[in-house]
Amino acid sequence: TDVIIESSVGYFTEGPERKDDIVKAKQEGKELTKEEKQRLRKEKKQQKKSKEKKDDKPSRDSEKEKKPASAASPAPQTPTQPPAQKAPSAAPAPVPVPASETPSAADKPAKSKAELKAERRARQEAERASKGKKGDVGPQAAPGKPKAPPSELQPVVKRLPEHVQVDNPEVLKKLAKKLERQQIPLRSDYGYKVSLFSHLHQYSRKAPLTQQLGIPSTVIHPAIVRLGLQYSQGIVAGSNARSVALLHAFKQVIRDYTTPPNEELSRDLVNRLKPYISFLNQCRPLSASMGNAIKYIKKEISNIPSQCKEEEAKRKLLNCIDCYINEKIVLAAKAIAKYSIEKISDGDVILVYGCSSLVNHILCEAFEKNRKFRVIVVDSRPRLEGREALRRLVQKGINCTYVLISAVSYILPEVSKVFLGAHALLANGYVMSRVGTSQIALVAKAFNVPVLVCCETYKFCERVQTDSFVSNELDDPDDLIVTRTGTTQLEHWQEVPSLGLLNLVYDVTPPDFVDLVITDLGMIPCTSVPVVLRVKNVDQ
Amino acid sequence: MPGPDKETDLTERIEAFLFDLNRGGSGAGPLRGSAETARETTALLRRITAQARWSSAGDLMEIIRNEGRRMTAAQPSETTVGNMIRRVLKIIREEYARSRGSSEEADQQESLHKLLTSGGVSDENFRQPFAALKPNVIEAINELLTELEGTTDNIAMQALEHIHSNEVIMTIGRSRTVEAFLKDAARKRKFHVIVAECAPFCQGHEMATSLSKAGIETTVITDAAIFAVMSRVNKVIIGTQTVLANGGLRAVNGTHTLALAAKHHSTPLIVCAPMFKLSPQFPNEEDTFHKFVSPHEVLPFTEGEILSKVNVHCPVFDYVPPELITLFISNIGGHAPSYIYRLMSELYHPEDHEL
Repeated sequence: TDVIIESSVGYFTEGPERKDDIVKAKQEGKELTKEEKQRLRKEKKQQKKSKEKKDDKPSRDSEKEKKPASAASPAPQTPTQPPAQKAPSAAPAPVPVPASETPSAADKPAKSKAELKAERRARQEAERASKGKKGDVGPQAAPGKPKAPPSELQPVVKRLPEHVQVDNPEVLKKLAKKLERQQIPLRSDYGYKVSLFSHLHQYSRKAPLTQQLGIPSTVIHPAIVRLGLQYSQGIVAGSNARSVALLHAFKQVIRDYTTPPNEELSRDLVNRLKPYISFLNQCRPLSASMGNAIKYIKKEISNIPSQCKEEEAKRKLLNCIDCYINEKIVLAAKAIAKYSIEKISDGDVILVYGCSSLVNHILCEAFEKNRKFRVIVVDSRPRLEGREALRRLVQKGINCTYVLISAVSYILPEVSKVFLGAHALLANGYVMSRVGTSQIALVAKAFNVPVLVCCETYKFCERVQTDSFVSNELDDPDDLIVTRTGTTQLEHWQEVPSLGLLNLVYDVTPPDFVDLVITDLGMIPCTSVPVVLRVKNVDQ
Repeated sequence: MPGPDKETDLTERIEAFLFDLNRGGSGAGPLRGSAETARETTALLRRITAQARWSSAGDLMEIIRNEGRRMTAAQPSETTVGNMIRRVLKIIREEYARSRGSSEEADQQESLHKLLTSGGVSDENFRQPFAALKPNVIEAINELLTELEGTTDNIAMQALEHIHSNEVIMTIGRSRTVEAFLKDAARKRKFHVIVAECAPFCQGHEMATSLSKAGIETTVITDAAIFAVMSRVNKVIIGTQTVLANGGLRAVNGTHTLALAAKHHSTPLIVCAPMFKLSPQFPNEEDTFHKFVSPHEVLPFTEGEILSKVNVHCPVFDYVPPELITLFISNIGGHAPSYIYRLMSELYHPEDHEL
């Protein structure tokens, strides 16, 4: 444990008396370790005991008190805080706890009835959360790898991501502390946010995160800094492009990585990647495909056996990443193109929206296979991504028409099929895609035109969502400003207090608008997404 | 001599008006609102009645019809011109019938009984000269003008009956009628307005700045976000360019999508349209339903190489079928779309539907 403290100077500034916590925190970084599970079990037993005896506070020892104390200390402030946040895995939890440990131990008998009630409630919820987490790994915790047995119950309570809780000051404080520890600057929100979206971040493109980083930055690898900047400025956009760029950057990180002495590559590398992921998240919230890719990499890294030499381990990892890209993106695109070409017949008029790399690929392949069709590209402000798609298709020689999304009901009577790309497919069958996709699907349905969504399986996501409000991304509101005939109407929108600009990035399309989803596993209806997810989980 | 001077003056004015119409429609000249166009048309028709040479009602109607055809040909999409002409023709018919002494109301409806008993084409040829016809017609046209001036206020007065507090109202583009409507309601109630900007002309921006200056909480969204945001909207209130004879609309592009989204979420769609926008046209009847403007609004010339290889469309109007509309609010009150045909028969004579 001494050695661990030496090498963790960059992460922690507290003294060696916290080494217990530090060890736990470091190990907490991994997915549920042995100690973690033991502690959870202890905590659960403890909570059961303390529920019977209300004033049994001082009898607990310091270790067990940690978890309930951390549950209790925020509880009197906000008893309605989501329970999963207090669940272990976030490193900040142990940090404020030791400070509040001793005072809370002394105060406990003197607390009022209301506070006791709140504590009890918080403990119950934490217990429920721990029960959920434990259900994830099975009642008998298998040591080391958290390979989920094919249990029927999926975890019910997941940790709510920070980026949809911007209106909760607790969460923001925790995030600030975490970023400070990781030495990553915190990006501040910009402009007046529409009240319906006060729970989301809204950043300005003119203030990239890199302005607040020192040069040279020793904490974050330069490839990651560059990637973060490319994300936040919109240079790399589109879910496939972002995932591939992320994986390439991680390959560079792995190449440049050297294991510190007395450290295991499997553990240290994962911890090294954490601040990078926080940084990228600050630059632009991670997409579902990126999330899945990161999960895969972390799993691969933690699966490296400890006796493996560093060179060999690195080679293995690089190989894994290449395989992932090849399998999930390149070959998947080929498979999807093969299925889709069966659906394109001669004389078709195909409508596409925005720029989806997959849909463009399909159309180019179909054109090469000598199908006769023409394409209508629909575009929308302010991103105007359709122009990029238009360029690529015209370069191939495909006959194209171009309209804006407000003209879609004019042009739809001519259309025979609609091909849409997706950013993620949610577990309840909803399609999360660029804002405007649901509108096109709606109008296509009204005109009885079939809508086909093309999506690789690595974009399938276990989340569920029914509307476009609870989880979305707000882009820079200044993008909506436009100068027409010499006047810029919204130039001074910040000065008008009752005026807000809303620049959404994603929206969700209900499954009844979508007729078919073409994936690399075949052509499935929208409602079969959870089946695919389940099959994937069992395979892994 | 006063005679020819007046005539040349008249023709000059008509030519100037036609020129304005021509320019205004292509987007090159200043965009004028429909109310303005209607007023100018009516004023011009009054002038024609006063200054042109005619002896009987039939002559006057011929003159007005001819000028009317030229005016509608100058800008087919500006239907208020045609509407006003038909109104004036109806006024002339009424005045003539009143002068003749017969009760015009009975002749209005072409009931089956009338058709069978009238025995062929009506023998009204409007050839009988009446002295009092001219001042009567001019007076009636003046009444029409005062009605036109009060339409926006009449509609705005009804605002409080339709908007309650803490509502979220969505609108698209820029309509002066809807602007007045919302501003009137904002004096007494607090609500939130979401404006879809309506690319490529982005008139929604102007609407939003104007509303927010009146103290209304406004949000500007892009056209692509209409369906995404619709689930939180309580009412959709829009203006329109024309109300068609079947109760449908010819409105700014993007309105059909808005109407479909509202229907999907069962949100009421309210159209604020004054009576002079009601037109006896049916959709898909003429190939002049759609109007297009320069595609450089959509794909600017800076895009260079791909321009010559791509078709670009920039339609201005959308057709909205009547089943998507919940309510029309006009200066004479609120109506369902199924009632529009009846209102039309009161405003225009069936023989004038084709100018």
